[in-house]
Amino acid sequence: MMTPVLQVENLVKRYGDVEAVRGVSFSVEEGEVFGLLGPNGAGKTSTIEVLEGLRVADGGRATVCGLDPQKNPNELKNEIGATLQATSLPDKLRVSEAIRLFASFYKRTRNPDELLKRFGLEEKRHSFYNQLSGGQKQRLALAMALVNDPRVLFLDEPTAGLDPQVRREIYVIIEELKREKKTIVLTTHYIEEAEKLCDRVAIIDHGKLIASGTPRELKQRSGDTTRVEVRLAKPAAKEALSKLEGVADALEVDGAYVLHCQRTAPAIVSLVKYLEAQGNELVSLEIATPSLEDVFIELTGRRLRD
Amino acid sequence: MKTILTLAAVRIRITLRNKTFLFFSLIMPLAIFFLYGSVFAKGKPEAVAYLMGPILSFTVMGTFWGLSMQLVTWREQGILRRFRLAPIAASSMIVSSILANYLLILPTVIFELLLARFIYHVTTFGNLISVFVLVILGITAFGAMGLVVASVTNTMQETQIINQLLWFALIFLSGATVPLAVLPHMVQRIGLFLPATYFVYGLQRAMLADAHLYTLGTVVFSLIAWAALASFISSQLFRWEPEAKLPRNAKLWAVATILPFVLLGIWENHNGKLLATAAYMMEGRPTENTPPADKR
Repeated sequence: MMTPVLQVENLVKRYGDVEAVRGVSFSVEEGEVFGLLGPNGAGKTSTIEVLEGLRVADGGRATVCGLDPQKNPNELKNEIGATLQATSLPDKLRVSEAIRLFASFYKRTRNPDELLKRFGLEEKRHSFYNQLSGGQKQRLALAMALVNDPRVLFLDEPTAGLDPQVRREIYVIIEELKREKKTIVLTTHYIEEAEKLCDRVAIIDHGKLIASGTPRELKQRSGDTTRVEVRLAKPAAKEALSKLEGVADALEVDGAYVLHCQRTAPAIVSLVKYLEAQGNELVSLEIATPSLEDVFIELTGRRLRD
Repeated sequence: MKTILTLAAVRIRITLRNKTFLFFSLIMPLAIFFLYGSVFAKGKPEAVAYLMGPILSFTVMGTFWGLSMQLVTWREQGILRRFRLAPIAASSMIVSSILANYLLILPTVIFELLLARFIYHVTTFGNLISVFVLVILGITAFGAMGLVVASVTNTMQETQIINQLLWFALIFLSGATVPLAVLPHMVQRIGLFLPATYFVYGLQRAMLADAHLYTLGTVVFSLIAWAALASFISSQLFRWEPEAKLPRNAKLWAVATILPFVLLGIWENHNGKLLATAAYMMEGRPTENTPPADKR
């Protein structure tokens, strides 16, 4: 029987008049990889930083490993590891010094040399922090997050700003941690990251949790449909598009039309006929199985990345 | 305690790798040492001895630059946030930075004393125990002041502007550059409100008049009070996050650090003998040299 290692109830966080997190609730089980997916500014980082004890919540309750981040910050910090979005280390600190320094702060520690080896930083151990590439910095951040062998690992946008190859490297590391049954809470605005890495995903927008479940469950919300995205030469009425044969519904997103189709071939035929009749033309057409992006579009009417 | 020592050791390493720091804490004090020793004192041992107080004051007072710039940089770059994820108290961050500064500045002080002995043949250094106690108090007090400045300013530029203002007041109105006795009377009276004045004065008394700590009671006590107050306030105002809001009364708190010297300044202005003693020390300087200010 699994036990929730992290529980959030009705969490609220304000910055002046802005309500960044507006009553978010979720729980994470031991050994689970849980993703908070949403656009920038959705309130993901605020949520996660309350759980790390870096920010004070304005309402609601949160416990991590049975500890209240505000009441027991030091006990909590011994139990968690994290990578932050906006962070750095002193330029002239060497890699091995950094990891040893942080290891010295904890009661329970893992061998810093082994961590460096595991994260492919052995050859960089004598390099200064400012000599590392973006990917190396992120690998060091991950190694440092594991230095106290944490029960819960928080990864805030672990691959933001990294190029695709480095991003894949980080995925491999996170998948490895997943196999080791580490409990991980990660935030991301990359669909593929959430689909690939997470056991469960919560979609957050404007400070509210709008849907949660396994990636498969979430995608099933779109029904057993195929996604057809078209761009047209002239605007069309989406009501008319949704009434075409084989089409379940139609949405207009950023000037394109997304049709969810139960039967793809008849839908496309009827679409082409309809456009001909209207004197409109097809500029582009893309067929895909629904992704979490579609779930997000369905729920918010917007794309995840603006 | 282990955390503080480890942090202090790392801070020392990082600082020694920083060229700007080396300039301000080693090259600049030594440049001032040789400027004072060879130009102003013309290499005469007695004149060099007289100027050792101001020279050491420069070295010690420079600490507030380093500490405030490091703290504000670490906060702005998000380095402090990373530390905050670990179980570390703000007090450990503060104490480790001051501890590191003892170990970075004391060698320079010793080096300057040795240079005075072997290059300018200064034979007497007065009461060296008093000198070192004052130096240690000075590093603590001026360092903590730097941390307070870094805590009440929001950006590097702001910190630098405040530092410049403080630095010029400290070095020009205290007797560290121009001997107190030759400053205009009005400026002397303002100088009596500055910790630096007491610091320079205390060092000169210890070195020239062999003053024991207990005869320097006022100076020692006010430096201790200031160091304690500034350390306490810096721990209260410490901010880990760049966007963390400054409490509304923070600037008042910062101003409160000057309290010991406001009181001392008022008292000295009415009853004190510091100005007279400072004048006497300068006249007693057995050289025909005019002090630097008179040359202008």
